[in-house]
Order: sequence, then structure tokens, then C-alpha cells
Amino acid sequence: MDFIQLGLGRWLHVLAGVMWIGLLYYFNFVQVDALKAAAADNTGAGITKHVAPRALFYFRWAAVVTVLAGVMIAGRHVFEVLLFLKPAYYPIGVGAWLGTIMLFNVWVLIWPNQQKILGMVQATDAEKATARRVAFLASRTNTMLSIPLLFFMTASGGVFRTAVFG
Amino acid sequence: MKNPLDSLWGTVISGLILTLILFNIVKYALG
Repeated sequence: MDFIQLGLGRWLHVLAGVMWIGLLYYFNFVQVDALKAAAADNTGAGITKHVAPRALFYFRWAAVVTVLAGVMIAGRHVFEVLLFLKPAYYPIGVGAWLGTIMLFNVWVLIWPNQQKILGMVQATDAEKATARRVAFLASRTNTMLSIPLLFFMTASGGVFRTAVFG
Repeated sequence: MKNPLDSLWGTVISGLILTLILFNIVKYALG
């Protein structure tokens, strides 16, 4: 049982997390500037039509799998983690909250607004401009939060927690 | 004041500062 919950669970958590955060970094480190450059010579359609929708598909579902696998690892201790009821769970509790906030940003702020930007749902030019700003700031917020998130993920558990927090 | 999230490096530096703040809070809470 531990093999499935902790062994496979943590593996899945990291696999999906790499896909989620990897695509988040692609959007922030690559695509934002690429679209700015593409606007200058009118070549952005290739990215917005063929790349962004596919990247967003794996991005938003990887976020769900990452969080669900995290809940699976925590198992019956999930409330002790989220409510900081046990000192040993403080570091991963912070990571869990950061991940939960980021999942909220993905599904409530980024994805609905990206649908407007990419023309998947109807929106006026003014609505698109607002959507662009909201999605951008939510994506940048997630990039910022991913830095402490990854710190607390890697500083949690056994020798790692002892090395970092004493 | 400019929003640090408008710049990529502002975002990264904000993340590092947040990490430092949260690390110290957790370290203090753990005694």
C-alpha cells in the first residue's frame, strides 16, 4: 500500500509537477517575449493557433494531477498538513498551500482568460485586453510562487527537512 | 511604483524574497 501511495504517488506528483511548472516557465520565459517579437513581423498566429492551446491543455491538467497526487501522498494526514497541526508537516504545508493557490490561479484566472485571448470564447476587444492583463499577472504570480513552492517541496521529508530546518 | 511582476527578473527576485520570508517563518515556528 505504501508503495502505491508514497512510492508511485510521489513519482506521479513530481512527473506531473515537472510538466506543469515546465510549461509555466515556457509561457513566462519563452512565449511572452516570443509573442512580442512575433507581433513585430506578424508571425504570432502560429504560436497562438498551434502552440498555445496544446501547451495550455497539458498545463492545466498537469496542475490537477500534481495537486491530486499531492493529496494522495498526504493521505489521511492531509488536514494535518493543510492546517499545520504537526511541526513535521510545516514545510510541506507551506508547499501544499502555494500549490493550491497556484491551481486556483490556473483554473479560475489563467484558463478562462486565455480562452478569450485565443478566441476560443467570444469576447470584445476591451474584454480581451483585460483578459490579457489578468492572465499575464496570474501567470507571473504563479512563476513567483513556484520558487518557494519548489523550495518547500524539496526541503520536506526525512534528511532533507533536517538539513534545511535542523 | 512599477509592478515587479511586469518584469521576468522582478518576478524571480520576488520569488526568492518570498522564499526567504517563508523559510524564516517556518524555521521560527519549528523552533
